[in-house]
Amino acid sequence: MITTQDIQQQTIAELFEQYPFLPGFFEENTLDVDGQINEKLDDFLNILDDEEEKENRAMDKTQVMESMAEYITQMLAFLGEDEDEGVNSITLLPGTNKSGEKEKFEELTINKSEIVCIVGPTGSGKSRLLADIEWVAQNDTPTSRTILVNGEKGDKKWRVTSGHKLVAQLSQNMNFVMDLSVYEFLELHAQSRLVEDVEGIINKIFEQANNLAGEKFSLDTPITSLSGGQSRALMIADTAILSKSPIILIDEIENAGIDRKKALELLVGEEKIVLMATHDPILALMGDRRIVIKNGGIHKVIETSGDEQNLLSELERMDNVIQNMRTRLRHGEIIRQEDIGF
Amino acid sequence: MNLVTVSGPPSSGKTAVILKTIDSFQKRGLEVGVVKFDCLYTDDDILYEKAGVKVKKGLSGSLCPDHYFVSNIEEVTQWGIKEGLDILITESAGLCNRCSPYVKSVTAVCVIDNLSGINTPKKIGPMLKSADIVIITKGDIVSQAEREVFASRVNTVNPGASIMHVNGLTGQGAYELSTLLYDEKVEVKTLVGEKLRFSMPSALCSYCLGETRIGESYQMGNVRKIDMEDKKGKK
Repeated sequence: MITTQDIQQQTIAELFEQYPFLPGFFEENTLDVDGQINEKLDDFLNILDDEEEKENRAMDKTQVMESMAEYITQMLAFLGEDEDEGVNSITLLPGTNKSGEKEKFEELTINKSEIVCIVGPTGSGKSRLLADIEWVAQNDTPTSRTILVNGEKGDKKWRVTSGHKLVAQLSQNMNFVMDLSVYEFLELHAQSRLVEDVEGIINKIFEQANNLAGEKFSLDTPITSLSGGQSRALMIADTAILSKSPIILIDEIENAGIDRKKALELLVGEEKIVLMATHDPILALMGDRRIVIKNGGIHKVIETSGDEQNLLSELERMDNVIQNMRTRLRHGEIIRQEDIGF
Repeated sequence: MNLVTVSGPPSSGKTAVILKTIDSFQKRGLEVGVVKFDCLYTDDDILYEKAGVKVKKGLSGSLCPDHYFVSNIEEVTQWGIKEGLDILITESAGLCNRCSPYVKSVTAVCVIDNLSGINTPKKIGPMLKSADIVIITKGDIVSQAEREVFASRVNTVNPGASIMHVNGLTGQGAYELSTLLYDEKVEVKTLVGEKLRFSMPSALCSYCLGETRIGESYQMGNVRKIDMEDKKGKK
């Protein structure tokens, strides 16, 4: 725990040396240290003691100092986290459905590298289930469900701290909105996560994304001009590799311009817990289990059977037929009877 | 009665977030009221009425909305108490980014959206920096990475705040927010003698008083000029 006393007598140069992430704090809070790097923090911030300067910048010395101490404390905690503090499993304990009846399962544990699908009609309660997981429900949400993390009562830090979100989301209508190239975008994300080897991680994500995308793109492509498939590929690779959230929630993966099987393999390979809301048979059968939601509650948990898995290869063959046709069309070729291959 | 101040840039989704949160309060049997502050026009009061809550609206017109807000907050509080509310929410749009509508003892919520650009957190003053809870909206339409970067920027300018994502369309996160806003042990009776968390933007020049003509001879009071000189090296 860092307090204002710990920092106020140090020079800015000393503080930057000690806390390499601190220049970002100065930058975001519009504190320009040019030429004043050797001043003591306390003296540097004296500029805010001037009533006019304080009013114009709308910042107050005490508040900036307290906020800085809090930021340093948080970042040190964030950097100090060990791998073994990671999330290995989440467990759902039953609550009730919309009619107040107990949900039809006893205990459901999902381990990392597992894929669980969620099925059920619109309005059946899929979003509520995901919200319960994200909030680490402790019998204190409308469904009365309880979510355990690593078999224990979840820490409330998952609820409201920005660096500790339990769930990362990938959904259908997501777009890139920043005016940046692929490289700049990944760099920005890596910096915000305080990654050490920024260059290495950018290359890793870039390679994986291109491995998933039907059509290749380059590092200087603006992210807003990526195709739908390329965008999804980049989002998935970036989330798999760079997001700190241990659980990835996917809301369908559209079957165009992206290798969905490889995408799931990547997420599983990065030891994520994958929850996927889908009604696409290929994706659903790739899951280890599927949760059936009805009337606001979990109605059933189905293990993907051997028979179903056998069907999967047949479905994938059918899917390949369509994908090949897509490629032929893209290259200006003619579709022939034999392409169907039945 | 609990009192909550919700503020945020225009079109960030304040009303949508509040409406979804009200839904959760009503399910718990709480009596909710809203006072909507705006500048020239609003019909959000109709939306609140439809949601079955008691509502008042105030239009600041030619005045700074922030100043108008603080001049009325005590009357608004007394109205809420008289109506027997369990929780009163005030909603006001922050128009100039220098807004500072929060009162020290009143729960302060800032609503800001992912589409506003990653430099927005650094552009907003006390409205964001001194909020207790920051709600980030429109997360369903931007990528996970952009959401993470945006949230981390917000955290950099206000490390003490609870940061939450709420979807104003589906209501995802609104129930959770409602649990942070109501505390049955809290009882606000009056705000007289309370203080703002930070002073409001101040100005008193001839244009504040209705001047429309341009030119130095018409400018009086608190006037400031842009430095138009070419800079020679560092200052």
